[in-house]
Amino acid sequence: MSDTTTEPRATPEPEAAIPPGYDDGQDHIGLAHHTTTGLSNTKLAMWLFLGSECLLFGGLISTYMLYRNRQGDAIGPDQLWDIPFTSATSFILLMSSLTMVLAVSAAKRKDERGTRLWLTVTALLGGLFLAGQVYEFTVFYREGLGYTTSLFSSSFYTLTGFHGVHVAVGIIMLLSLVGMLAKGRIVGDKAETVEMVGLYWHFVDVVWIVIFTLVYLIPA
Amino acid sequence: MSIDNDTHATDTDTSDAVSQLEHDDLHSHEISDKNYVIIALLLAVLTAMEVAATEISSFPSSLLVPALLLMMAVKFFVVVSYFMHLKHDAALFKFGFYIGLAGAVVLYSVVLMTFHFFVN
Repeated sequence: MSDTTTEPRATPEPEAAIPPGYDDGQDHIGLAHHTTTGLSNTKLAMWLFLGSECLLFGGLISTYMLYRNRQGDAIGPDQLWDIPFTSATSFILLMSSLTMVLAVSAAKRKDERGTRLWLTVTALLGGLFLAGQVYEFTVFYREGLGYTTSLFSSSFYTLTGFHGVHVAVGIIMLLSLVGMLAKGRIVGDKAETVEMVGLYWHFVDVVWIVIFTLVYLIPA
Repeated sequence: MSIDNDTHATDTDTSDAVSQLEHDDLHSHEISDKNYVIIALLLAVLTAMEVAATEISSFPSSLLVPALLLMMAVKFFVVVSYFMHLKHDAALFKFGFYIGLAGAVVLYSVVLMTFHFFVN
């Protein structure tokens, strides 16, 4: 009984400091992650989150597809859509994906100034897209398309509004990241943190690729 | 006891080596900034083609929807594969995302079929 109490405690070896299944938060250039899968848990969580987001947007898109011809006597999509304008905003969002991937590339090269620059440009392009969406909503509202005007209007505003909220959250993430990088508040692998925000931003872009075609381009 | 330890050590070594090889393989597929610009231009051209297809009145109407869906799918997978690096990323990440995507496509296709969406 006394043996167990008097036995000296073994000091943990350096390798055992990181429990299996946990990332140590350090920069691993050329090294596998210290997790049970050998992969980043953060990245795995992000991909699973994006997979679940497919189900969310799938539901909203399906609802819109079902209700897009249910406008009754109210104004419908054919009288509303301004394809050249929406094409321009889509192009802006597409180009923001390019600037985002350039930010990730700069982060991997440890070019912090380049990373902050491209992240800021991405946030600005996202802001421009969002401004375009707000303008579009304002025009539609003035033309008589309120949120409760018809099943079409409700499903349209819900779908594009949800996407807009995702863009807004992405902009907040981008600007927060720029601020944290400037103040040196990112703990651990900076490139991976930038990459995680990048994955979210690209997902917002791919969702718009689907919305642009299914909602705006395919005739009702 | 020592045999167990040896076996465990060998398993850990093998697992580390596999992880290292997979990691090295992932890093050997880095895309240059120039190629990212080329991919973005390709996406812009596809978007222009989509818009042109809807605006050109001589475009066969029976082909319009399949053509638009095809271009949309190409754009989607180009962004996911190259900008999000999923093409050269670990199988577990691919599984995590594509299981959600495939689940959404199957689930909502069934929902739309239930509501006779595909019936003219």
